[in-house]
Amino acid sequence: MSELVRLEKVSRRFAQPAGLTRRLAVAAGLSQPPSVVRAVSDVDLTIRAGEALGLVGESGCGKSTLGRIIAGILPPSEGRAMLDGARVMGEGRRPVKTTTRVQMIFQDPFASLDPRWKIGAAISEGPIAHGLVAPSEARAFVVGWLQAVGLPPDVADRYPHQFSGGQRQRVAIARALAMKPDVLVCDEPVASLDVSIQAQIINLFLTLRRELDLTLLFISHDLGVVRHVCDRIAIMYLGRIVEMGPTQVVMSAPLHPYARALLDSIPRLALEGDEAAFRPIAGELPSPLAPPPGCHFHVRCRRAAESCIRQSPLLTPRGPSRSVACHFPIEE
Amino acid sequence: MTGEAPLSAFWLEFRRNRVALAALGVVATVLLVALLAPLIAPQDPYDLSRLRLTDARRPPGFIGSGGYVHWLGTDAQGRDLLSAILYGLRISIQMGLIAGAIAFTIGATLGAFAAFRGGWVEALIMRVVDLQLSFPAILLALVLAALLGQGKWQLIAALVAAQYAYFARTAHGAASAERAKDYVEAALSTPLPTPRVVMRHILPNCLPPLIVVATVQVANSIALEATLSFLGLGLPVSEPSLGMLIANGFQFMLSGRYWISIYPGLALIILIVAINLVGDQIRDQLNPRLRR
Repeated sequence: MSELVRLEKVSRRFAQPAGLTRRLAVAAGLSQPPSVVRAVSDVDLTIRAGEALGLVGESGCGKSTLGRIIAGILPPSEGRAMLDGARVMGEGRRPVKTTTRVQMIFQDPFASLDPRWKIGAAISEGPIAHGLVAPSEARAFVVGWLQAVGLPPDVADRYPHQFSGGQRQRVAIARALAMKPDVLVCDEPVASLDVSIQAQIINLFLTLRRELDLTLLFISHDLGVVRHVCDRIAIMYLGRIVEMGPTQVVMSAPLHPYARALLDSIPRLALEGDEAAFRPIAGELPSPLAPPPGCHFHVRCRRAAESCIRQSPLLTPRGPSRSVACHFPIEE
Repeated sequence: MTGEAPLSAFWLEFRRNRVALAALGVVATVLLVALLAPLIAPQDPYDLSRLRLTDARRPPGFIGSGGYVHWLGTDAQGRDLLSAILYGLRISIQMGLIAGAIAFTIGATLGAFAAFRGGWVEALIMRVVDLQLSFPAILLALVLAALLGQGKWQLIAALVAAQYAYFARTAHGAASAERAKDYVEAALSTPLPTPRVVMRHILPNCLPPLIVVATVQVANSIALEATLSFLGLGLPVSEPSLGMLIANGFQFMLSGRYWISIYPGLALIILIVAINLVGDQIRDQLNPRLRR
């Protein structure tokens, strides 16, 4: 399989927007410069064509930011995001997305559809604008995609508020797929849905992925869903990828202490005699405004030593398909 | 707004406020009467050959040389005041609507553009708007009307310059809120060109607060125009608006011929109050924080 998506040393910083008065005050030494968050730092990542990569981590670890960089919504502050050898977004001070080959599905289907557009128009807007379909054939095109996501054709003339959450997410999926993308970035696509609906949407993803030969970046904090959908998994902690490898291998024998802790924190049905069915991770996620020095995880890590504070471990390959960023990985 | 048909639900709620409903009726009646003025007015007040100076300054109820009753009296030129008011309403409403529409277009586009562009462009546009909102609109309109001279379009330019800032402020706030929503990111990541996203996705979703501002600002335009005309900076004498009618009658107030000023004034007040009452109700209904 050839690689389709490639991130090279991608970082993304967010600074509080500073107004003119604030900037003058900073220049005069009357005020602190605005604080900067490094949501993503120095991430190298490749996704092969046809692969489903799961991106997991706690809230605020930067996984959504990374997804938005790949989807061409945010430009990286440093580094390059490439799709099939070309940049996802152009260069310059106000980069604009140039490719239609990567599309995104958002967490909240109530927010990701324009409330004033009928869903038929919403689905066909992009394809018509990019000449993928003629306006005269839009109706049949929309009906085709509605059927592909399991919705009846007559809903094309309805507005988003007339749908349930699961149906809206189906519409959002149809809207993204109608652009005929190669890569689909799914940002917590089932997190806001009822559990009974989640399974339907997950199965829809699996079917469509097979039929359309899609490459998926599946962002989630639900390890169960990721295990079900993804071939490979990348675990993020405070803006860095700490472990990456085939889903089954990483989940059964994680190398990074954070990956271990994350897996241990999944609540499971307690078997007879089991005392603790799950173990929460000690401590809280440090503020991304002031991440700890060295390895970001050392303050919560039971294996941490002095070197973990001094030097931050790099993501290094271990074996043919895995890599881990830890000075003292767990050896089985 | 949720529900099967947002518009009909909106109307059902609007109907429950009797005062607003009555005000809407008044606005509709005034609009209709102003539109049909040439058909229903007893006299064409602009046709100078029909005016008789012997009919001048007659009290309400006087039957003039034309053989019909001057229900609201006549003015200093012998014009039937009812006819003059109907024609004056026409001009006042026309000015208010044209100035309001232009100010809406310019202000909303500017505000939405500023919100989307960000950076120093946004800072510049919004600081100018803030600066303008910090002193009374009438001041700017007065200066501009004096500078540009008399004429319909000069007056409209002065009204627009005094009022676009309210639309810009509102559009900026609404567009900043809309901009952060997922559906905008979804449209941009399709990708669709930014101007198209602003015009077809963001602005339509900013309409509710803008409609409220527009209602109030049309009333303000009418009042502002009347003020300028009253001060002699408004429309030329050939197109007398309500403000000029009031001004013309003002000098006769103390001599007891109250009707020349009072009746155009009443017409103006009724129109402005009615528009504001309708605007208030729309605002209350569109403001989610005031909803039950």
